[in-house]
Amino acid sequence: MSTLMNTSSRIRRFGGLKALTDRFTGMELARTGKQLVLPMVGILVFLGFWHLAAPQVNTSLGSFPGPVQVWEQSGQLWQEHINQRERADKFVIMQEDRNARILAKNPDAEVKIRSYPGAPTFVDQIATSLITVMAGFLLATAIAVPLGIVLGLNRHLQAAINPLIQIFKPVSPLAWLPLVTMVVSATYVSEDPMFEKSFLTSMITVTLCSLWPTLINTGVGVAAVNPDLLNVSRVLRLSFWTHVMKVVLPSSIPIIFTGLRVSLGIAWMVLIAAEMLAQSPGLGKFVWDEFQNGSSQSLSRIMAAVLAIGFIGFVLDRIMLTLQKKIAWNE
Amino acid sequence: MSKPHLELTGVEMSFDTPKGSFIALGNINLKIKKGEFVSLIGHSGCGKSTVLNIVAGLLQATKGGCILDGHEINSPGPERAVVFQNHALMPWLTVYENVELAVQQVFRKSMTKQERQSWIHHNLELVNMAHAANKRPGEISGGMAQRVGIARALAMKPSVLLMDEPFGALDALTRAHLQDSLMEIQQELNNTVIMITHDVDEAVLLSDRIIMMTNGPAAAVGEDLYIDLKRPRNRVTLADDPTYVHYRQEVLKFLYEKQRKLESITPRRNNQTTGTNMHKDTAPAAKA
Repeated sequence: MSTLMNTSSRIRRFGGLKALTDRFTGMELARTGKQLVLPMVGILVFLGFWHLAAPQVNTSLGSFPGPVQVWEQSGQLWQEHINQRERADKFVIMQEDRNARILAKNPDAEVKIRSYPGAPTFVDQIATSLITVMAGFLLATAIAVPLGIVLGLNRHLQAAINPLIQIFKPVSPLAWLPLVTMVVSATYVSEDPMFEKSFLTSMITVTLCSLWPTLINTGVGVAAVNPDLLNVSRVLRLSFWTHVMKVVLPSSIPIIFTGLRVSLGIAWMVLIAAEMLAQSPGLGKFVWDEFQNGSSQSLSRIMAAVLAIGFIGFVLDRIMLTLQKKIAWNE
Repeated sequence: MSKPHLELTGVEMSFDTPKGSFIALGNINLKIKKGEFVSLIGHSGCGKSTVLNIVAGLLQATKGGCILDGHEINSPGPERAVVFQNHALMPWLTVYENVELAVQQVFRKSMTKQERQSWIHHNLELVNMAHAANKRPGEISGGMAQRVGIARALAMKPSVLLMDEPFGALDALTRAHLQDSLMEIQQELNNTVIMITHDVDEAVLLSDRIIMMTNGPAAAVGEDLYIDLKRPRNRVTLADDPTYVHYRQEVLKFLYEKQRKLESITPRRNNQTTGTNMHKDTAPAAKA
């Protein structure tokens, strides 16, 4: 009792505010500790379980890789990438030297620099996949948001198009892929193509599969604008364009972003499947090639790719979340 | 007397419901002078908001029509600015930007950028909200947001200001405060105002004229009471002014004796049927 009295009088003497802040920072520390420690514990338990369980699973390519093998192979993949880069750089320097010699003899000679013909490395495949997924996702957004706004504003149109959305939404990317491939090969014919056909095929498949959540959410968000705000817009006689840009779109931004995040997640999953099936460059092809390769390291390398795919998916979602917090007014 | 500023003639309104058409408004006839402060009072569901929305142009009357300064009203417009019950500010815009949206739209051509800026500030000062110009509606209290809603409406320089229970969602003290502000602003600008209210004291204190509406369906103007009290009015001194008390009693008599309505706490549908029956019972009294 007396200690309690003492403490309270001391707090009063030294300023209750400071004592409070100290306590709160203490609590804050404990909370961030919890936030860091518990996930770490989860990951460690998983790694332990994986390490113990993996050797029990035997396949024709040896036992299933544990975390240690996967870690080693990840390093290996990175080393291969570095080596490949060095070779590519040397290849270019070699050509430049040769070109310089040719030009010294004959200043009018035409010279070329060829790109390095070596196979793309794991890191190259990641870059390809990222570019493809972003392109497909951006195209999906560019279609889904305006279309969603139009559908949300027009009940009749929405009633007409809704069954189509419901039917196309659950279609698997693998079903679209042959059709997209055929259509792209038939229609995209040019002497000097700007994009690779395989890139277009993957990108369009990603777009077809990932636009639905954004489309549906945009439609719902636009249809659910507070009627009072719609009345304000009518009283002000806002033009259609101003109405959409100043009232409808900002009001539905939070729900549109929720759709965008789901869409991006789907886009990433779909892309890997499409790349595997179509053999277009990217992480999916890497996985498939390793599977076909069937060396003793293949499983570890596939596992490294699986972890990379998961981690990239997570980072993509975090980027969208950050963007949402910056743009949406309710965050 | 010259032509009325605002005139409603034979306004009828019916809504289609699954059970057939529901006649909300019977024959409404009203003439309102320029600068008049008119309150519409009546039990809930009697169609006060419908009248206001017809004047605003947000609803189209089934029969009859509405003329403002010689022009028929058939669509909404900023010359009939509306103050909504729940402020209806865009939550993603700041206080300043909310008023700016209106000013931009109405005075895009007639004012320079500087003029518009100072006009926005002037209106925010009028409602005592200049200090919160850069806050979002979510960061200010309901009373403050309602002030901004009023500033936005006033900034349109409307010939009629329409207010749909503007203080209904506020606590009693904030409400009294805003009523006083509104009286001051009205004294200064001399706008024509139509205000919907449930509050008898609010109606008597603020209005030049109280339109009492009968219960629906087919609601009509029951009584039309002119409030002849000197301005500026002070709620404290008026509290035991015999004329004020008399007016107050007139309205109360209308609402609770002539147009008595049983409000039950059972679901609304049941409530409406009792309301209809009650209306039949009390209809002769209303006409008397």
